[in-house]
Amino acid sequence: MKIIDIMNATEAEVLTGEDQLELEVYSACASDMMSDVLAFVKEQAVLITGLVNPQVVRTAEMMDMQCIVFVRGKKPDAETLTLAKKKGLVVLASKLRMYTACGLLFSMGLHGGTINAE
Amino acid sequence: MQSDGLHFEFAVDGENFASAGTASETIKNTLKKLGLPPATVRRTAIAMYEGEINMVIHAGGGTAVVDITPTAIEIELKDEGPGIADIELAMREGYSTAPEEIRMLGFGAGMGLSNMKKYSDEMKIESEVSKGTRVLLKINI
Repeated sequence: MKIIDIMNATEAEVLTGEDQLELEVYSACASDMMSDVLAFVKEQAVLITGLVNPQVVRTAEMMDMQCIVFVRGKKPDAETLTLAKKKGLVVLASKLRMYTACGLLFSMGLHGGTINAE
Repeated sequence: MQSDGLHFEFAVDGENFASAGTASETIKNTLKKLGLPPATVRRTAIAMYEGEINMVIHAGGGTAVVDITPTAIEIELKDEGPGIADIELAMREGYSTAPEEIRMLGFGAGMGLSNMKKYSDEMKIESEVSKGTRVLLKINI
């Protein structure tokens, strides 16, 4: 699935990374707890979260993710967005709730990937 | 430190949650540039990042010293925080003493130390209550 498909499905607006919407991504994870995201490393490329602070970007960066989808109408502050831009991440903002966003994307074929304790 | 290694020292600012992780980021970029396998780079980055976050949320900051040698990445995280009374309990997944405001920031799920252990090859914790904590992490290359 392309990031632009995620954007359309979740009726999201793109906050940064407009030039990378054609990028293909294969799996995603969703959580408001960054420690849980960090606990389940694999190749998830998309992070769906309702948490907005710079550490969301740092977590995505540590995990080599390409795209963050903020749900529940949450929008990151300028500092968070600047960091995301610097890291070359795509940031989307959707008004959907997390459950709905996940359900839609899952049904379109964006799955959770393998959970791996490495 | 070995003569053919790289040595880094960072001060981890305990007052600034937003900047937590910058040291780990620097190390991650360095390891990437050195051409190490992506899995090794990621394991190191996550283990150190969790440690950095821990120092910021529990100990008011500290120092991180990293040595990269041809065979391993060694990380020493040192703080003068409250210390860990029961290390075994603190290592347990899901156990956390982090206050609610830290959970609101997405951390304090009780996964930090167990993640550090999971992603490193060796981990050592020395801690004394009201003196501080020293964590040593080793990731083999």
